[in-house]
Amino acid sequence: MTQDPQTVNRPPDSSPTSTEASIAVGHPRNATNLGRGLVSVVARWEVLLIVILAVVIWEGNQISPFYIDWTNFGFSTGGTMEVAIMALAMTPIIITGDIDLSVESMVGLSGAVLGVLWAGGLPLQFGIPIVLCVGLVGGLFNGMLVTRWGLPALVVTLGTLALYRGLAQVVLGTSYVSNFPKAFTDFGQGYVPGTSVPWTLLAFLTAAAIFCVVIHMTWIGRQVFAIGKNKEAARYSGVRVATLRTALFAVSGMVAAFAGVMLALRTNSVRSDNGSGLTLIVVMIAVLGGVDINGGKGTIPGVILAVFTLAALQSALRLAGVSSEYQNVTIGLLLIFSVITPQLARQFRVLADRVRQGRHRPVRDPIPGEVVR
Amino acid sequence: MFHRVPRAAAGVAVLVLLAGCSSSATPSPAAPTAVTLGSIVMIPKQVNNPYFDVAFKGAQNAATALGGTLTQVGPSNAVGTEQIPFIQTATTQKAQAIIVSADDATAIAPALQAAMAAGIKVVGYDSSPAVGAYNVFVNQADTAGIGKGLADMACDEAPSCTGEIAVLSAAQTATNQNAWIAAMQTTLKDAKYSKLVWDGVVYGNDDPTVSTQQAQALLSAHPNLKVIVSPTTVGIVAAAQVVKDQNKTGSVFVTGLGTPKGMVDFVKGGQAPEFALWNVTDLGYLAYAVAVDLVNGTIKGTAGETFTVKGVNNDQPYTIGTDGVVVLGPPFVFNAKNIDQYVASFGF
Repeated sequence: MTQDPQTVNRPPDSSPTSTEASIAVGHPRNATNLGRGLVSVVARWEVLLIVILAVVIWEGNQISPFYIDWTNFGFSTGGTMEVAIMALAMTPIIITGDIDLSVESMVGLSGAVLGVLWAGGLPLQFGIPIVLCVGLVGGLFNGMLVTRWGLPALVVTLGTLALYRGLAQVVLGTSYVSNFPKAFTDFGQGYVPGTSVPWTLLAFLTAAAIFCVVIHMTWIGRQVFAIGKNKEAARYSGVRVATLRTALFAVSGMVAAFAGVMLALRTNSVRSDNGSGLTLIVVMIAVLGGVDINGGKGTIPGVILAVFTLAALQSALRLAGVSSEYQNVTIGLLLIFSVITPQLARQFRVLADRVRQGRHRPVRDPIPGEVVR
Repeated sequence: MFHRVPRAAAGVAVLVLLAGCSSSATPSPAAPTAVTLGSIVMIPKQVNNPYFDVAFKGAQNAATALGGTLTQVGPSNAVGTEQIPFIQTATTQKAQAIIVSADDATAIAPALQAAMAAGIKVVGYDSSPAVGAYNVFVNQADTAGIGKGLADMACDEAPSCTGEIAVLSAAQTATNQNAWIAAMQTTLKDAKYSKLVWDGVVYGNDDPTVSTQQAQALLSAHPNLKVIVSPTTVGIVAAAQVVKDQNKTGSVFVTGLGTPKGMVDFVKGGQAPEFALWNVTDLGYLAYAVAVDLVNGTIKGTAGETFTVKGVNNDQPYTIGTDGVVVLGPPFVFNAKNIDQYVASFGF
């Protein structure tokens, strides 16, 4: 990359942008710069999301007296948990610069396999682990094609999007399986006794906590960000890029299979078209959560906020009686908004940095892979 | 390096708490009393579908006559799981009744049962939800009624109820068609139809090309054929077209189940003087009336209960059958006198 000597030579954390780079390298934060620290807090995507969420909740409350209500909380979160849990696994994939479009078909395939096993007399406590293995293998297959053959993830997972859906249709045909045992459907449909908190929400929050720790507090997460910033640089610094990327696809496949189980138990029904159209929502949640579709950036807390924002928005639209066509229009606009806004903000920061350059003097050289603007 | 995580996580926690606190602060609206009719929500398989729009029109007429507020919401794709949020929203809004045509009988059952547990009456129409997930299901077509209707129309069209008749069905495996044809044959055993000669069944697979070939084959194989009965919307059009093309108008007649728009030219052209379908407007009207009766407590949905709906079924009483099923009535017969009106009002 071409570097203007003046740009290279500036103190750490002199602008909000460099916090993004510092997460990959663990650079200490300049605590003395309080004013600028405040700016970086306010400019954070998560803060914007909290504001949006608050506005949506406020508006929803204006629209309907039933909006802020525990029943509604249970319904609107419970119906979002399959996409929510898949968005968690999608996040590190997008951060490394890949994408997994096949998740919705894995939902269908895992549901179909689960249904056939159950209908064939295999208890669910054995069927579910088998189905998770199917997801793991499907995800590994994606990952191997992408990393070993160097094919673009977009094309590979578009292929397996069709492939896994086709397999689901082969397995289940036009039939359907229903009547799963109550103990299991209670997990899919039920609430923690005495509350309106769906069991699936607890499952999601547990998964979110695990992803949060792994992505933001371990070497695995640091390597994920390093790959997203610059694959070559990451490889030269000892990151096993191919292995890690493959592993992320495998995790995504397994999580999608689990989402398929959740959907099957929530609706007490599996058909080969289960999960159709969910990939769009999964990617939307990740992008709305501030994950950069170009890779290198993103946080799990942002994705969690996006899940709640989406659930709150969808619920408000439904209670307002907005027809499903316009709900789709809103989702589409939201996706475009969440891609455009960071782009505009980035351009604004570049401009602001240029203006600021003259006032700050050199301290260090950039690390390989660090984005210097 | 972890500084951002706790901050945003705290944000989530605050918001979740906020949502919780404000919910307890908001006074819950008073439970609606059984006498005042409140909101009734109609959820079709798919919105912007002409068939369901006609049923909705019937329900709107009923709402005008009987009171209550009717709204129609539903998915833009006929996918089972997409009806769930609409059912849940109606539950949240404490609607008094939900009238639903199930895309996936089992997938929506848990949501409907939750609605019923919240005191909401559930009426199925057109396509039944799973048994146990509704109070009453309004069935547009019972097998015996359709079978008798088909036999009667064949008898009407054959001169003096005499001559050879044949059936052009859908696929060999089509459950509905097979049941209707069997019911028709049962009816034909009656002495009234003794002069009708059964030439058998051919299958057009609901494919226009195959149906046309099969209709042509029927005409060649049975030169004295008087009536082709086709209990499928694709077959009946193909058969009427073949009769017209082969200049058999007036000597061979077509009847069965069809749509007003598809059949209007053949009704007027004389190839198919009459055909039947259930009255979709009445289906919506009856479903709404049943919902009102359930809300009022006039009926509970148990087998054996009877009730009357003014303006439907010639004001004759309905009886709730096993599994809470009510049958709309005999199929509605379209002919040259009424077809224009229904082409306009049905639009399909």
